[in-house]
Formats: sequence, structure tokens, C-alpha cells
Amino acid sequence: MNRTGRSGRGVPALRVAALAALIAVLLFMVSWRVRSVHAAAPQTGAILGYASPVELLFSPDGARLYVLCQDSGEVRVLNATTYAPIKTIAVGHVPRGFFLSSNGSRLFVANSWDDTISVIDTRALKVVDTWHVGMEPSSVVEGPAGKYLYVANRISNDVAVLNARNGAEVKRLAAGRGASYMTLSPNRSRLYVTHVYPNPTPSRTPPESEVTVIDTATAEVVNRIPLHSIAGVFHLAFTADGRLGVVAELYPKNLVPMTQVEHGWIFEDTLTLFGPDVGNKTVEVPLDDLDSFAARPFGVAITPDNSRIYVSCGGSELVTVISLPHLLRYVHTHRAPIVYNLAASGHYVINRIPVGHDPRGVALSPHWRRLLVANRLDDTISVIDTHTNKIVSTIHLAGSKNLWSLHFGLQMFAAMTVSSPGKRRCAACHIDARHRNAKRMNLSGIKEAQALRRGQQAFYSTRYSFHGGDACANCHIDSTFDGLQWDFEPDGLGRNIVDVMELEDIRDTAPYDWSGVNPNLPTQCGPRTELFMWRSQNYGVRTLADITAYINSLPPRPNRWHLPGGKLTPAQERGQEIFDRTADDFGKPIPLTNRCNFCHSGPLGTDHKKFDVGTKGRHDDSGLFVTPSLADIALTAPYLHNGKAATLEEIWTIYNPHDQHGRTNDLTKDQLNDLIDYLRTR
Amino acid sequence: MRGVFNKIWLAAAFAAVAAPAFAAAPQPPRMPHYRFVNYTTANGLPNNHVYSVLVDGSRIWAGTDDGLAEYENGKWKTYTTKDGLAQQAVLSLALDKRTGDVWVGTMGGLNRISGGRIIATYTQLNSGLSNDIVYGVSVEGENVWVATAAGACRLNLNTGQWSIYTDSNTPMKEIWVYGVSAAPDKVYFAVWGSGLIEYNQQTKLWDIYEDPDHQLEIVLFKNQGLIHDIVSSVSYVDKIVWVATYFGDSRYDGRYWHNFLTKDSGLPSNFTNYVKGVDANRAWFCTDKGLAYYDGANWAVYTPSLTTGKPEMWVRDAQGHVTHIPVTTAPANNYMLGIDFQGRDIWVATAGGLSHGIFEPQP
Repeated sequence: MNRTGRSGRGVPALRVAALAALIAVLLFMVSWRVRSVHAAAPQTGAILGYASPVELLFSPDGARLYVLCQDSGEVRVLNATTYAPIKTIAVGHVPRGFFLSSNGSRLFVANSWDDTISVIDTRALKVVDTWHVGMEPSSVVEGPAGKYLYVANRISNDVAVLNARNGAEVKRLAAGRGASYMTLSPNRSRLYVTHVYPNPTPSRTPPESEVTVIDTATAEVVNRIPLHSIAGVFHLAFTADGRLGVVAELYPKNLVPMTQVEHGWIFEDTLTLFGPDVGNKTVEVPLDDLDSFAARPFGVAITPDNSRIYVSCGGSELVTVISLPHLLRYVHTHRAPIVYNLAASGHYVINRIPVGHDPRGVALSPHWRRLLVANRLDDTISVIDTHTNKIVSTIHLAGSKNLWSLHFGLQMFAAMTVSSPGKRRCAACHIDARHRNAKRMNLSGIKEAQALRRGQQAFYSTRYSFHGGDACANCHIDSTFDGLQWDFEPDGLGRNIVDVMELEDIRDTAPYDWSGVNPNLPTQCGPRTELFMWRSQNYGVRTLADITAYINSLPPRPNRWHLPGGKLTPAQERGQEIFDRTADDFGKPIPLTNRCNFCHSGPLGTDHKKFDVGTKGRHDDSGLFVTPSLADIALTAPYLHNGKAATLEEIWTIYNPHDQHGRTNDLTKDQLNDLIDYLRTR
Repeated sequence: MRGVFNKIWLAAAFAAVAAPAFAAAPQPPRMPHYRFVNYTTANGLPNNHVYSVLVDGSRIWAGTDDGLAEYENGKWKTYTTKDGLAQQAVLSLALDKRTGDVWVGTMGGLNRISGGRIIATYTQLNSGLSNDIVYGVSVEGENVWVATAAGACRLNLNTGQWSIYTDSNTPMKEIWVYGVSAAPDKVYFAVWGSGLIEYNQQTKLWDIYEDPDHQLEIVLFKNQGLIHDIVSSVSYVDKIVWVATYFGDSRYDGRYWHNFLTKDSGLPSNFTNYVKGVDANRAWFCTDKGLAYYDGANWAVYTPSLTTGKPEMWVRDAQGHVTHIPVTTAPANNYMLGIDFQGRDIWVATAGGLSHGIFEPQP
């Protein structure tokens, strides 16, 4: 009986599971047939199969929710009430920002790795035009009356002003370094631009960032609000009356050794307030608490009644909720600088809502009953009730995680449904072309994709560090660099200060660290990072493997400096000849070890060896440094191991007096320009 | 009765004879009159040596020997090296009319001002700038053209790439570039000792215009070419090139040259520091002996007297008749270095201060 009974219970369960799997497969096949989504070629910059939502927008009538998915290169269109998918629209590579025209008829998408803007007709829900813009467009905003379209270009550090009708570039306005996010003032008379990298400053001085202010009537820069000591600025939001601007940002403590744990330790996570409500000055306030951080604030939303500020904190995987009246009261009753007082946040932070991995963009629903949060590395959107400040549902966007489930016929509904109280809706029919590509992956491919996603999550999460303070992504913003120099204390306080390296293209450039002390990435990212940065715990074996796999997976960034097809301009060709030359301008042979292409050899431009190029400073223990890769060198100022050289030119005009860093002192100025032009193409 | 008739006859005869005589003393041509208001260290200017001036709407920029002065709403503000100015002596200024940015050429590099702040400093050490002494700057489209003491160069604002132009890759024989004027079709360089250099933006070809008699301080070939190879300034407007040299000035329409010397024009001196064309027919010349305006036929000169310092203005018509106009104000100094226009007003950089010439309509 018992055996029969057990068997009797087991068989129906097996049947249910099999039936569920069958239904899932059938649904998938049906969706494959009926969906007509344009397939895009697998892209660099994307981890195949993941959506990675980064920004959210509601349509003006509140009927639709647009979700910008970075890794899959799509805009997902959902029903704003039920969150049921309506359509998926393929856009360009690594889209980073989007904007709805004032009447909602056009959706503009900034495709950062394509250097294009996709124009989507929101009636037809299809891309109707693609416009070429500057280097790495990261956000786009339509100005008043639909005359101009503004595009923030992260690499060219400017804001392109386009004719909003046809995309023709009218001009470019100089912004700060790493121009990335833009916000219109409520009356649309001003456009505010923020930047992920700090502006250049002299070596060992505090970083300086800015908010660039553009007059939308004249399309000219009319102000630059300085953000002192800030490096890494993200979204900005205004109160509905425009009397207060709120900027999400990072306050690095890179001028003191990392033993300095007071006042926010390595990074403090802060907001800068500006506008009439704070006396028309800038006031920086902490988001962190005494023993926990609100790491990497990114998205900001303010309720129209000026009661609350919501800030997504990517590293801490939460949304910080601030009482705006309490914040203003605190600011008005306390002397600056408030930012050093981590007890301050207890006076105005009223909630911290855990959400998913790396929450980015936030959007308030039209009647601001809901706050939606794009959890980039979970492929989910958290829906928060703004009255209770609790998550009421989670929207799951299809991704490889789901394919993995599908592969085994398990967890199909759990993973691919929009789950909310009383609602369960299968999302299987919304698997798109890229997921089909992922579906074609074999099991090992899916496992690899999942490992990469786990590594990416660990890379961006602060959960491993002391008090959840920082993560790899704090210094390597969006897996790149931060433009800062840091003092790691194991070699003595104030000694061996080093510049943060660009992380993309770091694969195959071992040994790591400027000193070359770490023979491989697991050593670099594991014991070193755990001991000197996280301090509280180490990575598990699998996590470390995942992180290194993720870093190794980072694809090379498109190079914008050479001609199409990789061809060189005449100046770059002349520069290449100088790079490869064997004799100097006087016909004298250059010793082998003093030629550019000796150390900077191979496709990555490094021989992986240590060399003394005469840059040892009085605070350096040794003058031997690993030859850095030349990849993306145009982007990564400042230069040299300690960031002393503000520009590529200074490497040779100031810091190579004895020709130790290659034979260059014979070069004329135009020859040096040619050499630099060539190096930018590497 | 007969006596009365005779008187009438005599009067008529006198009138008939005298009329031509009166006609021979013609009225001077109507030339612009100004009331000059001068700014010096006494009223806010950081230094009286003003090398350059730029009108930017209601805002005036003055490049002085001791910083960049900004005048707006009756107040002066000075940018110094503490604010990021590359060097205190500001030689040249240019406005990017599209963006509103101001480019500042100094004795120690090039600055960019945007949104009320100096946002970039380019030197020969930290950038591709050919030399730190920036005599001239001109913005056209996405390119900033720079005249320096060691060649000309171009910065592409979209790519950040620099190109250098010297005797090695252009026809210029000297590399002391004193001025630049850029337009969508052509860019002109004033090269000290090497005449006028032209760059055609469409064909990417270079050309050179030199004095046919080559640096002789006499003019053998009037109107057959550039007046002299020591070129100090150039202004390209309405497809006409206005050229200033230390030995006279020239106008070139692409085919014909017209030269101006003190002996046959209204120029107060052949030593011209700066020229700025208003259009194809009109131009202003900043000389060491006063400010001259040419309207295509007639000349007017504005200066303090070289001997007494008293305000002077004279007009020379197309026939060479000179008329002195009584005035009560004059520019701050006779040594003129730059000019810009603010509607019908003029702003003049002189060695003794900045002068605002307020246009005064004449009845």
C-alpha cells in the first residue's frame, strides 16, 4: 500500500511536471512561429541572451511602459497596467538612454556602441530612422517645441545638438568628461548634463565634476555647476516646481590611504542638492548610514508632491527613500559640510527597499502610485507601492536564465511570468530573437552565460565589502575606469600611488597590477581585492571564477579614431611609421629596447614585461612597471602608472626627458602629433 | 536806375564766376561719428595694454597684458592664471557663434571658455598645439584654427585631433603666423615674412600670395599683388580678403589686388597691426598712428593727436580732399591693436586702454 501509495503520488507529480514542460516547449515553439521580431546579429558588449533593463519610461497617457534593455539591444514595450508585453523592438548596440517626444509619438534611443540614435514610431512600434551622432551617445533628450534633439556623448565629452526632424547635427556643445545623463528642468528652459568621469585636474588634487547647464532657447552652455571632490555622477531629477535639483553621485576618498575608514571610507555615496530651496548653492548630503552604505546611487525620482526622493543604489541593490521635507529641514538647520556626517542620513532616509541586482533607472507611474526600478542584472523590474514603500510585484523579462530553465523543462512559469498578487501571466511568448540565438546555444554555452552573469552581478555588487561599501564597479565604472589614482596601503601609506586601469581589453594582458605582482586575474581580483578592499570576507571559489570569467569576457570597445574598416589617415600612417621606426630623425639607430614597438608589441600593445621608463617618483618603491596595453588609450587619461601625465602628449613632452620611454626627443611637434594620432587607433 | 541795373548785373556776374570756386571746396563725405568712452585701469580694466577685443552680444572681452577682462552690465570681471588662463597676456580672441564659446590665445597657450568658465587649456606640452604663443585664433564649423609663433594648426573639436601647418607641409616660407581668418570655403593665414597663405577647404590645396617685389620697402608694382610680405593680420569676409602689413594694406577679390598706402589713401600709417573687414567694400585698419575706416571710396581716421593728445578725426574723400572734423573724444591711444563691432558701435583695443566708440548719428 505504502509503496503503491508513494507510487500513486509520484506518478501524478511526474505527469504534471512533464505536462508543464511540454506546454512550455509548445508555447515556445508557437511563439517562435508567430512572433515577427527582427533578429539582430549577436553583438559585442552583450552577454548573449540577457536583457539587462537600464531605463524605464511611461508613455504620456500612462498606457505603456517602455523598457530599455542594454545587453539585448531592445526596447521592450509593456502594458503599463498589467505589465504584459506588447512588443519588442530591436535597436542598436548597448543602448544606454532613451527619451519620449513630448507628444509621445517618437521614442529616441541612444545606442552607445553604434554611435547612433534609433527613432521609434510609437504608433507603429518600429524603428523608422537611425541617425549617426558623436562618440558613445549615452542619453538623448528632445528640447522644447521639438526643435532640437540633444545627445550626450560619453567619449567625445560633448552634447550634440541635432535637428529633431531629420537628425542633422547642428553643433556640439562642450560638456564635462564622460557626458552621460541629461534632465530637462520642469519648465524645459534648461537642460542639465551629468558625467560619469571627473574633469581633468592636476595630479593628487581632489577630483572635480560638473553639471553642465544648457539654455534650450539658444542651445548654448550657460553655466557649469561645480561638484567639488566628486567623481562619478549619474542621474539628476527636479522637484515639480523646479526649485530643487538632486544629483546622484560618488564621493571618492582617493587622496588618502585606504586605511582611512572614517566619514564614508573609500567611497561615500551622496546627493548634491541645488536650486532655490537650498539657497541657490550646492549642498552635498550623504546617503550612507554609519554602518551600511547606499552604494552607487544612480537613478533619482521625486514625487510631484515633494514628499519623497527615491534613489536607486546599484551596488547595494536597494532603493533609498528620502523624506524631502526632512532633508530640507536638516539642510537648513545644519552647517555645511553635512556630507562628512554619516549620522545625517538617519534624519531624512526613511526606508531602504531591497530590490534586484544593480538597480538602475527608476520611473514613477503617472499617478505616482508605483515606482518601477530596472534591475539590470536580474532582468527584472521591481514594482514598489509608493504608499507602503514595499515591493508589490516583480516583472520578469525573459533571458538566458529562463532558457536554462526551459532547457530542463523546469521553473518555466516561475521564471517567465509576471508575478504579482493575484496575477500570473506566462511570458513565454515574448521570447525574442536574441533568446532564440541563446536557445541555440548548447548546454555549456548556457552555463557559460550564466557564469558570466553571476560574475557580472558580483562585479557590480557591494555585498562582499566591509559594510557593503564598494565594489569593483565603483572604480571601474560600467566596467571601464574612474580617471582617479589611489593609494593602496600594503606598500606603505602614501606610497606607490597608482592610476586605475581601463578594464575592458584587460584580458590576456597578465601580469596584473602596475607592479606586475599578480600573475593572473584570479590573484588580482581575489586575494588582493579581498584583503585590501573588501576586508570583511573573501569570494567563494565559484564567485571568483565567475568574476574573472566576466572580466575576461569584456569585449573590446569600438575604436572611433581610425577610418572605417580600420584604415588609417595619412597622419596616422606617419605615426605608425614612427611607432615602428628603427632609426631616429638624425639617422642614428634606435636601440631595440628603446623602440615603441619593442615593449608595446603584439596586438594588445604589451610585451607583458616590466620596464623602467624613467617615471619612478619619490613615492615609488621601484621604477619597474608592467608595460600597459595600448587598447583604448585614447580614452583613459591620465597616463603613466601614477596618472602624472594629464595627456598623451605629456608622456613625452614632460615625462621622458632622457628618452627612457622610447626615443622621442628628436621628434618635431608635428611628428609627435602623428604618433599620438596613431596611438589613438590602437 | 542804371546804377541799380549795373549792381544786379555785377552781382550776377560775380555769382557766375564764384560758383565754381565754391564748388571746388566740397563737403566732406558722410562718415561715421563716434563718441568714445575709454576704459583703463582707472575704471576697471586690469591693464591698459589691450591686445585684442571681442564683442559677444552684450558682453565685451578684452585681452590685456594682465589677464582677460570681461565687461557686462557695467561691471568688469578679470580672468587670470588663477582661473585657469594659460598666460596673463591675452593676444587674440575668437567667438564660436554656434556655441557661444570663446577661444583665447595667450602668450602661453590657448584657452576655451564655455558656460562662464575656462574649461580647457591647450599648450605645446599638453596638446598638439604647435606653439604656446597664440597670435590669432578663428573658429569655423568643428575646427579651431590657430596662428602661432611656430606655424599654424587646427583642432578638430569632434575628434580632438590636431594638425600642424608649417613650412614643411604648406608653401609658407616662415612659420611666424600672426593671424588667421577661417570661412567654410577658405582659410587665410597672415604670415610674418611669408605673405598671405590660403587653404582651400574644398580642394585641400594651399596657395601663397607674396609681394611681387619681395620685401622691398618701396612699391614697384602697385595693385599687382600683396603690398608686402610682412603680413600682420588678415580678414576674410564676403569672399574678399583684407590684408594688413607693416608696409601698407591690401584688398584681394580673388582676381584683382588693390593696395593702400598713406600716400594714396586715407591710412594714417602704413604700419598696420590689425584689419577687420565689415563686408566686401568696407574695412577698419588699426595702425600705429590711429584707427582708419574705409567705406570703399572714402576714409575716416580717429585718433588722439600724436603731438597734443587732443581728439582728432579727419575724412579723406575719393579725390583726396582731406577735411578735419572737430571732435571732443578719441580712442584711448593712437596705437591701435584690434577692433570689433557691436551693432553700429565699435570697440577698439589700444596700447592705452579699451575704447568704446558709440555711434552718433549726424544731422
